[in-house]
Amino acid sequence: MTTVEETDVHGIGQSVKRKEDDRFIRGKGTYVEDLVLPNMLHMAILRSPIAHAKIVSVNVDEAQAIPGVVAVVTGELLAQHNLAWMPTMSGDTQAVFATDKVRFQGQEVAAVVAEDPYIAHDALGLIDVEYEPLPAVTSPQQALQPDAPLIRDDKEGQTDNRCFQWETGDKDATEKAFQQADKIVELSTFYPRCHPSPLETCGIVADVNPISGKATLHMTSQAPHAIRTVFALVAGLPEHKIQIITHDIGGGFGNKVPVYPGYVAATAASLLIGRPVKWIEDRTENLISTGFARDYHMRGELALTNDGKMLGIRVELLSDNGAFFADAQPTKCKVGLFHIVTGSYDVPAAYLSTQGAYTNKAPGGVAYRCSFRVTEASYLVERLVQNAAYELGMDPAELRRKNFIKPEQFPYKSATGFVYDSGEYERAMDLAMNELGYAELRKEQEAARAEGRLIGIGMASFTEVVGAGPSKDYDILGLKMFDSAELRVHPTGKAILKIGVQTQGQGHETTFAQIVATELGIPTEDVLVQYGDTDNTPYSLGTYASRSTPTAGAATAMVARKLVEKGKKIAAHLLEVSEEDLEFKVDKFSVKGAPDKAVTIQDVAFAAYTNMPEGLEHGLEDNHYYDPPNMTFPFGTYMVVVEVDADTGQWKVLRMLAVDDCGKVINPMIVQGQIHGGLAEGYGIAAMELITFDDDGNCIGSNFMDYLLPTSWETPRFETHMTETPSPHHPIGAKGVGESATVGSPAAYVNAVIDALAHTGVRNIDMPVTSAKVWEAMQGAARSS
Amino acid sequence: MFPSRFDYVAPDTVEEVLATLAQHGDEAKILAGGQSLIPLMKLRFASPGLLVDVNRVPGLGFVEETGEHLRVGTLTRNTELERSALLKSGYPVMADAAPMISDPLVRNRGTIGGSLAHADPAGDWGSVMLALGAEVVIKSSTDERTIPVSELLVNTFTTSLDPTEMITEIRVPKTPARSGGSYLKMERRVGDFATVATAVHLTLDNGTIKRAGIGLTAVGSKNLQASAAEDALAGAEPTAEAFEEAARLAAEASSPSSDVRGSAEYKKAMVRTFVRRGLDKALELARG
Repeated sequence: MTTVEETDVHGIGQSVKRKEDDRFIRGKGTYVEDLVLPNMLHMAILRSPIAHAKIVSVNVDEAQAIPGVVAVVTGELLAQHNLAWMPTMSGDTQAVFATDKVRFQGQEVAAVVAEDPYIAHDALGLIDVEYEPLPAVTSPQQALQPDAPLIRDDKEGQTDNRCFQWETGDKDATEKAFQQADKIVELSTFYPRCHPSPLETCGIVADVNPISGKATLHMTSQAPHAIRTVFALVAGLPEHKIQIITHDIGGGFGNKVPVYPGYVAATAASLLIGRPVKWIEDRTENLISTGFARDYHMRGELALTNDGKMLGIRVELLSDNGAFFADAQPTKCKVGLFHIVTGSYDVPAAYLSTQGAYTNKAPGGVAYRCSFRVTEASYLVERLVQNAAYELGMDPAELRRKNFIKPEQFPYKSATGFVYDSGEYERAMDLAMNELGYAELRKEQEAARAEGRLIGIGMASFTEVVGAGPSKDYDILGLKMFDSAELRVHPTGKAILKIGVQTQGQGHETTFAQIVATELGIPTEDVLVQYGDTDNTPYSLGTYASRSTPTAGAATAMVARKLVEKGKKIAAHLLEVSEEDLEFKVDKFSVKGAPDKAVTIQDVAFAAYTNMPEGLEHGLEDNHYYDPPNMTFPFGTYMVVVEVDADTGQWKVLRMLAVDDCGKVINPMIVQGQIHGGLAEGYGIAAMELITFDDDGNCIGSNFMDYLLPTSWETPRFETHMTETPSPHHPIGAKGVGESATVGSPAAYVNAVIDALAHTGVRNIDMPVTSAKVWEAMQGAARSS
Repeated sequence: MFPSRFDYVAPDTVEEVLATLAQHGDEAKILAGGQSLIPLMKLRFASPGLLVDVNRVPGLGFVEETGEHLRVGTLTRNTELERSALLKSGYPVMADAAPMISDPLVRNRGTIGGSLAHADPAGDWGSVMLALGAEVVIKSSTDERTIPVSELLVNTFTTSLDPTEMITEIRVPKTPARSGGSYLKMERRVGDFATVATAVHLTLDNGTIKRAGIGLTAVGSKNLQASAAEDALAGAEPTAEAFEEAARLAAEASSPSSDVRGSAEYKKAMVRTFVRRGLDKALELARG
């Protein structure tokens, strides 16, 4: 018998090439827009051109009269079917199609269903909507003024524009810490509204079979199972007659977690007409109406002793939630997991007070590549720490080192109640500093300054919290946040793994197979990973908040272990020894002390269908529902070096170095790809991405000419490194990694620009850090000096 | 892309193009590179009834020096201009500008004549041509005329072209020896329109400035010619003081508006910085 080495099965820790890339590279992916069903109709949505207005009338006669138009769907029509409103993920309500008022520019008002998309778009222009404009509310500060126009007059008991108020932490203890402080450092900064901007926009082909009543919904969703349940609850459709199929998804980044009005309208249209209905958003629709991210006005204060020991942190937040409170977050959290704001530091006291406001802007508040507001929290604390270093006259790295939670303090309970599972923050920071040549660069910075050149070094030592559940603490709309996997081994030793989490480019087809390969010994190439069809995969809360590996990845390892246990019984029968005498290594059950007496997992699989011991159920398959005992806490240190043009404020990145620790690495190449993508997105957010509004509530940033995504030209070169601190509670020691780089990097970029100007007294420039803003900060510093 | 309905013709000769324009007037729109027109149609901001595709007309793309002029065919793609050795050796302000236009995809299709006819104040070629004192040759089915670019550009997206007319070529005065030029552009990202850009062309004579041309991009209702700055430089010694004064005058001539790219104050300051830097660079080239 040949010996199969651990590496031969291409399991955990190997940079196996992505299985999915074969079809993507050949242009053979299948996206929802690629689907053409017989008799399919096309839907286009009419959107409000104004931000706030009463709807006086909607006349569809002319639109309806165009040849090829099959139906015009209005809010009125949806209301007749009790579908004019739907619940949001934060338990608020959102208009599917407006009936009473429009509340943001781009809000859905009506839709045309036609034989082809050109006819549908032509007909949109003929729908006559009479609006009675109302004053627009375009900032949360304005929204909370006593005389502000009331946006949500549809909600009973809602008398102002406040949408939530929430506090956490220990107010008194924090107050006391601040009283004892030598130094209090304050930072008010705005994390602007940005957008996940997946290259594939949202869309659906809704196919409700008029005979069977079964709704087959081909749609762009990061959480197909949860969406199925929501559809069942909202639309009253029986859940066994709803099948969500996702096909390939061209990026999600949080944008494809929610249910959008277009999905509901297309489904309703298919149901009423009895033909499949396709709706595909265009770019502008995606940018102006679907889940945005951030939009947090933040004020943070850090209390310290003169020698740099952190005593407490106090945070005040004001969020701009748009017209409907539609943030994606666990039920008990109103600002997501923002209370991770103590970051990588041993801060004894913390207190957050937060409020959110309705404004005449698109709803959303999705966690754009972010575990529910961790991005905003990490940004705030990392910016604060650097500013504190300036005020104390300390090196920012040394201030961090002094306050890091030490390895021996884990599991560490934070002042806001998180139990950090593991971390070695100093190791990651030291690696980053050494690779960068930090000490040398500080000298170069000094020398450059003497010549009038502005060099800045910024860093961020972030800690994330990802992988929700545990289910006792976290749910979305009551659906508990656990996850699952089903594993079936065929007689010839090939396997199929079914998971409910939904890849949008993360590489699940490869990494999940690698987990099976390591646990069960079936090579990665022999494991088919199936997902994206709710009829054929187990229940799942979906892929976002870096939760797939921490939850479904754990379930995959656990179900494989169940099969090893069953396999052992079969192997004992085949080898005619007792189970206790067997051990399992790589892909073999062998007799302890007699390694030649062995059977492979493939032998065992064949026997499971051909030669089972008496009393044992046939087959080799099982499932596992995994409820994580805790979240996982990835971390890292990012360092950025920039040069700022003293005349123009333009800045360019000279170095960008990232050290990540996501626990056990399943596929280093895929992890590196995740980091690269996130660092590029973080750069975009820091430097150029912005959705803003004029005083009338008109959206600026409604296409890719105005909403700037960085190209390969602007994106810096990345130097990436890893440390590996396994999660002690995860079956394979893995943590999530999909979002570390978007969470950690914006602060590093901005800190670098601030660092270049810090000697002139500049302490804040709000993102995106445009050259104009840098120039204005330099002018301001020059005036005040 | 779901534009409004339109008709489409693709003539084979300039005469046919002009006859079609004469017949359809402002219902018709010339499709050259399509890099501005198609996005406008996609958004239904523009809904021409007839597209006259000139891409099949031979002989409209060329770059050559004849007599007193550099002649550039209207349909010459930006990529061809970017690669032109002639521009690199003799017309540095054009050679600078060509690769800064949008991104490679746009440059592969976009044409110089289309850019001028579109008259976007954030367009690059208008400023370059103003700095060079260039002219355009314009034809209709009944007439041909040649006017300076300064008379072509009227206002935002507005030219002195009649709907029945078409630009057929651009004529740039040949640059004498001891000339230099530069195009400096600030953009937030590749493919973005300019926040500010400045085109400078300088000719020296015995060490003094014989002629200076300065064009400004994205800081007014059209590409602007900084005439006061040009006049101040003509006949002057190319000193740092003279350049600083010219830069100040150019900034004064600009009338940018505040937007997400920056405040008006910032843009004026950048005109000043870029004109000064651009003059330095042009002088270096002029001195050889």
